[in-house]
Amino acid sequence: MAEFRVCPDSGFYFHKSAESLMKVNAVVGIVALLVAGLLALGVVLTRWQEVHWLPADTFYMVLTAHGINALIFWIIFFEMAVLHFASSTLLRCRIATPKWAWAGFFLMLIGAVMNNVAVFSGASSVMMTSYVPMQAEPHFYLGIILFAVGALIQVFVFFGTLVVAQQEKTYDGSVPLVTFGAITAAIIAVFTIASGAIILIPTFLWSIGYVSHIDAEMYRVIWWGLGHSSQQINVAAHISIWYLVAGVLFGARPMSEKVSRFAFLLYIFFLQLASAHHILVDPGISTEWKIFNTSYAMYLAVLASMIHGLTIPGAIEVAQRGKGYTKGLFEWLRKAPWGNPVWSGVAISVVTFGFIGGITGVVMGTEQINLIIHNTIYVPAHFHATVVTGTTLTFMAITYLLIPVLFRRQLFLPWVAKMQPYVFGGGMTILILFMLGAGTMGVSRRHWDMDFAGAAMAFEYPAIAYTLMAVGAIGGVLGVVGGGMFLAVAVGSLLFGKKLEPSAGILESFAGKPLAASVYNIDKPEVLAMAPKLKEEHHKGFEAPGTFILAMLLLVTFVVYYFINWKYLASVWPLG
Amino acid sequence: MTSFMPPADRNWWKVPVGRQELIWIAIALVWCIIMFLMMPLWHVYGKQNLSTEAYQTTPAKFGAKVEEMIGKYKVGEEAGLPIVAPPVGSDVYMLGRLWQWYPILKLKKNKEYRLHLSSMDWQHGWSLQPDNINLQIVPGYDMVLKITPDKSGEYSVICNEYCGIGHHTMVGKIYVEE
Repeated sequence: MAEFRVCPDSGFYFHKSAESLMKVNAVVGIVALLVAGLLALGVVLTRWQEVHWLPADTFYMVLTAHGINALIFWIIFFEMAVLHFASSTLLRCRIATPKWAWAGFFLMLIGAVMNNVAVFSGASSVMMTSYVPMQAEPHFYLGIILFAVGALIQVFVFFGTLVVAQQEKTYDGSVPLVTFGAITAAIIAVFTIASGAIILIPTFLWSIGYVSHIDAEMYRVIWWGLGHSSQQINVAAHISIWYLVAGVLFGARPMSEKVSRFAFLLYIFFLQLASAHHILVDPGISTEWKIFNTSYAMYLAVLASMIHGLTIPGAIEVAQRGKGYTKGLFEWLRKAPWGNPVWSGVAISVVTFGFIGGITGVVMGTEQINLIIHNTIYVPAHFHATVVTGTTLTFMAITYLLIPVLFRRQLFLPWVAKMQPYVFGGGMTILILFMLGAGTMGVSRRHWDMDFAGAAMAFEYPAIAYTLMAVGAIGGVLGVVGGGMFLAVAVGSLLFGKKLEPSAGILESFAGKPLAASVYNIDKPEVLAMAPKLKEEHHKGFEAPGTFILAMLLLVTFVVYYFINWKYLASVWPLG
Repeated sequence: MTSFMPPADRNWWKVPVGRQELIWIAIALVWCIIMFLMMPLWHVYGKQNLSTEAYQTTPAKFGAKVEEMIGKYKVGEEAGLPIVAPPVGSDVYMLGRLWQWYPILKLKKNKEYRLHLSSMDWQHGWSLQPDNINLQIVPGYDMVLKITPDKSGEYSVICNEYCGIGHHTMVGKIYVEE
């Protein structure tokens, strides 16, 4: 029975069941992003002290819902679509056990709705971290558990699909690099979800009275195996997408398959140790444990990211130079398609993730430096650089590619799409930089009132802290506008975008129905061939000098900023 | 083109790596090792290292020790909270609860104290301002650290771990005298 179609524009093959699953996972993810984005407005307009919009109880409820919808539901739903794409579509193979994948999807959906119901009822404003012994309603925990089980099922369907592809020999040689990166993400996801189950199932039992006590420190150590590692799924997923976009837009070939895959392997081995970043100023944790874990053994996952930071732009530079953009160091970069939101989104994402997210993450994850940063607003500033301008902007960029290919619609309001990465990336970068500054001044995260109204004793932040928070909030509002532009284009394209042949109606787009049966006219896609060989054996010299200069710029920034923070640490009270 | 195709060479792991990548990996690895060594080095040469001394406790036990210290060394009151001036080098206690840091401490500049911190209820964040030292305060654990205030003046302790609706009213004080 013919179950495959080939996209006439991109040449990608889609298996009927896999295609439907990609659509529903992506669409529900984008709905979660819509919710998270609206809530973000409440957060920034309250933390902007001169506006101070929401009352305290609403603020904490909104902040809890914003965190969970953005960090968990939006990103993981979308990642499920990425996994099905990286397995079924890239390997040209049928998806394994689609019914199980649907079951996983519905469990995730039920879990996400259940958790949101708990939060919006107002009695579960416990933040995303839900630190015990502060207690949420039982269905808060149960929602996350169901969501995690559903995600785990879809991840195993992904693994199953890899097995199917290998058994049915749908590709020649090794899996593509992008699929290799997706496998990395999936392996980290299994670790993450297992950590979540180990701590949240007892916590759920505690919330309904079957367990009398959960140790607060134990909860923190295990919960962060979920909380931080889930963000490492994102890193592996969005870096895979960077490689994909480099290939699709520039025809770029990885500079070295070995180096890029080795870097992904380092992620599998070391990235999850970073959950220790959250435990650095906790009571009674040994110094050796902290140093080993917080540094990913010896910064080996940082090494991996620095490798990707060179090899992705490097691959693009080599491809561009091959097309004749060889003038000077940076003609290849100037001549990149800056008006194409797929490229501009990924480019802004690479820069902000590397220069801001990466560097601040390493600095505040340094055992002693964490003393001057823990729980200040520096922390959310850091992770907005990693998961918002990093992961979210990358997912937005790939959505612009998927709308014609997967959903068979032209982009609606293409001029809005063209500006969107700049507005969103620019606004969020302002938010991030100014929040980093405010955090350095000691401004607290998760805090309703920096005036401390009603406190028995007064404390005042320096006036500059208010200015930093206000400018940051303006950037945040701009970011919400940029997010709105994305949603207008994405949802608008599915509703009103011009249909491409073979065409998809609204129902096919939103409800994950396949296209007309006649579209699927391929029994068995052609076997995915190995990439064509290059003429010369391998490259020897400095083919990407511009990229090397950019990489050195990153390193210098990193070194200077790192030691500035040690200097700052040396100025506070001696303690030991 | 080939990031989403199988590698051109079946034995891709045998293809030599180019000079540019090797140099960058070497530079990056050196930087990683330097950053790794900075942490143990700071334990030897730096002055800001968090102790690992901690004991399991209960709110009742910890609260009793706090009251004992207040009974011995109370020197005044401010905003309804006792001000305590314990002897130099002694064990001093501060507890976090909904929603206060208790009691107010009065310490001497450049003298070392053994500071005990714990929570009576939920988790709290001990955030010393404007110096900006931040610690996680976990119920059930008595966290002990040696502190040496090296500047005189009035310090505030705010809470920077979300602890419910009155979180923002949780402000404590430490006075450091010459």
